[in-house]
Amino acid sequence: MLAPGIILFVSFMAAPIVYTLFLSLQKKQVKGLGLGSGNRTTAFAGLDNYIASLTNADFGASVWRVLLYGLVLIPLMLGLALLFALLLDSRRTRTTGFSRTAIFLPFAVPAVISSLLWGFLYLPAVSPFYWVFDRLGWDVAGILDSSTVLFAIANIALWGGVGFNMIVMYTSLKAVPTDIYEAAKLDGCTEVQVAWRIKIPIIAPSIVMTALFSMVATLQVFAEPTTLRPLTNSLSTSWSPLMLVYRDAFTRDDIYSAAATSIIIAVVTFAFSFLFLRVVQKRAFGQED
Amino acid sequence: MRTSFRVGAVAMAAVAVLLMSGCSSPATGGDTSAPVSLSYWAWAPNLDKVVDIWNKAHPEIQVTVQKQDGGDPAITKLLTAIKAGSGAPDLIQAEYQKIPTLVAADALADISGTIGSDVKGAFADGIWNSVTLGSDALYAIPQDTGPMMFYYRADVFEKLGIAVPTTWDEYAAAARTIHAANPDDYLGTFSSGDAGWFTGMAQQAGASWWGIDGDAWSVDIDKTPTQKVAAYWGGLVEEGVIDNKPMYTPAWNAGLNTGTQVGWLSAVWAPGVLAGNAADTAGLWKAAPMPQWDASTPATGNWGGSSTGVTTQSTHSKEAVEFATWLNTDPAAVAALVSTANIYPADAAAAKSALTAAPAFFSNQPDFYTVAADVAKTASPFNYGPNVNVAYSAYNDEFAKAADAKTKIAFVAAVTNMQKITTDDLVKSGFTVK
Repeated sequence: MLAPGIILFVSFMAAPIVYTLFLSLQKKQVKGLGLGSGNRTTAFAGLDNYIASLTNADFGASVWRVLLYGLVLIPLMLGLALLFALLLDSRRTRTTGFSRTAIFLPFAVPAVISSLLWGFLYLPAVSPFYWVFDRLGWDVAGILDSSTVLFAIANIALWGGVGFNMIVMYTSLKAVPTDIYEAAKLDGCTEVQVAWRIKIPIIAPSIVMTALFSMVATLQVFAEPTTLRPLTNSLSTSWSPLMLVYRDAFTRDDIYSAAATSIIIAVVTFAFSFLFLRVVQKRAFGQED
Repeated sequence: MRTSFRVGAVAMAAVAVLLMSGCSSPATGGDTSAPVSLSYWAWAPNLDKVVDIWNKAHPEIQVTVQKQDGGDPAITKLLTAIKAGSGAPDLIQAEYQKIPTLVAADALADISGTIGSDVKGAFADGIWNSVTLGSDALYAIPQDTGPMMFYYRADVFEKLGIAVPTTWDEYAAAARTIHAANPDDYLGTFSSGDAGWFTGMAQQAGASWWGIDGDAWSVDIDKTPTQKVAAYWGGLVEEGVIDNKPMYTPAWNAGLNTGTQVGWLSAVWAPGVLAGNAADTAGLWKAAPMPQWDASTPATGNWGGSSTGVTTQSTHSKEAVEFATWLNTDPAAVAALVSTANIYPADAAAAKSALTAAPAFFSNQPDFYTVAADVAKTASPFNYGPNVNVAYSAYNDEFAKAADAKTKIAFVAAVTNMQKITTDDLVKSGFTVK
């Protein structure tokens, strides 16, 4: 019974990881001019690639950048998702079907497409927003400038991510038996109090899960900055850690360094997720123990 | 085992011959020698139509074009096939800056022994240098080039009473006049996104970023010519009279069309781009030679261009060379390349006879290709190295920072950083670097 699962795991998970580990311990070795046959071999590199990655200033900078990006994005995205979910679940809200679809829809747009779309809206020369600002006589700086580009990218992720997280939270709200609310109402609770004291604590596990998924997605941000990069001077080819991996592997033709950096990213992501779960588990899942 | 394989191969070849002669003219039916078939990876549009001309005239050497997605993917695919030991085509379309990488991977055959002695004379020295890497070997036959020219809005220049700049000082003066007349307008932009563009301008100034010195590579990015070019553009960007946004963005396209971009330092293929992006301005542009550092010795650089190489896996390199020579130097072939594949041929004499009428977008400038031919002759020599990819990505990052900082100092520092990143990469890989 387990065989299909094991085969899939080994061929699509374990084997690539082992191969990446193997690559990360190698390096390209060229002799002389490197022209003609026999002048290129691979050699054992030990931990050189790891040391190079960890001491690479570009890599450090990209990690700090995505941490800041996560700090901006995750609270905003989850806050909005929770707010929308609670509003949709509130008894007074009408046209929930339409609102739900409208908020969820951006999630169905691939990140590359939404980045292209927002890219047009961000460029003052072609943006309808900037056209309006211009007519109003406001001098608004370009959002793709180096000081604000992080927010420009966070906004795209926010636009695409709120709907998904909202659906997760809304679904778990729907699973709550309604007699709890009726009891609360009889005790004189307002809608806001119901939301704050009952709904949020009950769906805390879903909030933790969405936070975990969002953190992992944040560390792996790639499509948005890569798509916006040709439009501006403020995004480098190593803006995010995964962009750096991509540059090393496919632009610089150094698959070995890229493999080492990938392993580091994977380990850090795993450690982050584990720590986060450890810290919040007691509070969020306490009642299940 | 081996015999049965041979029998099988012969049988298959026989079937192929029968099939081929079945669809071509029956006159060749009696021929006992099977035709040589060559495969050719290329991405230039409609190249197969040009190859059809050859195939009709040469039943004994049949070439099949296998259309590729573009310059980068074709090279990646070829390098994989070379590593695997099989699967490479006989012929490959390779951009000039890719040649050292291909030679380093032992993907291109040295065809200097099989080439006709008259072929060299058909090409400008600068171009020939990029297919020989400055050695006695020959790794490809040049196909097309992108000599850089200066494109400008003739109507705006006339209105503001500006003469067409012939030197970089005059270009700077024109940039100031245009920006002063309307703060939204720029004579051009410094694009951190286009490494090939900057390379062409460094080439014009006399730079050659790589060199072979005995058994060692030299990296010469951070030398006077490139520093001069960077300082010049950094100065103009710092002054604010030249835009600092990348090219090929929706904003830049709109700028060409609405007229806020009054000029473009580009290559001979620019009319196609302008026709697509700035359709409203047809008939308002003109082309001129590049502004010069030293007007007494006019020079230009190349932005783009490719060649035809024979791979090391080809078992018919003699026939492949024969075809590649025909494709890039025969007047009829070059004429077909121009009219159906829309390229600017590297062969100067053939280009002259093939390119007579100006592109439709430049119908106001009937002598467009005369200007282009004069410019093409002045291309400076330039050597590429085995890690152009690294240097180009360093250009993107370092000059993006500089363009963002908008200071001359940052532009000059970007050149130094490019040099360091490029050299470090070579050293790290184990190349001997001087």
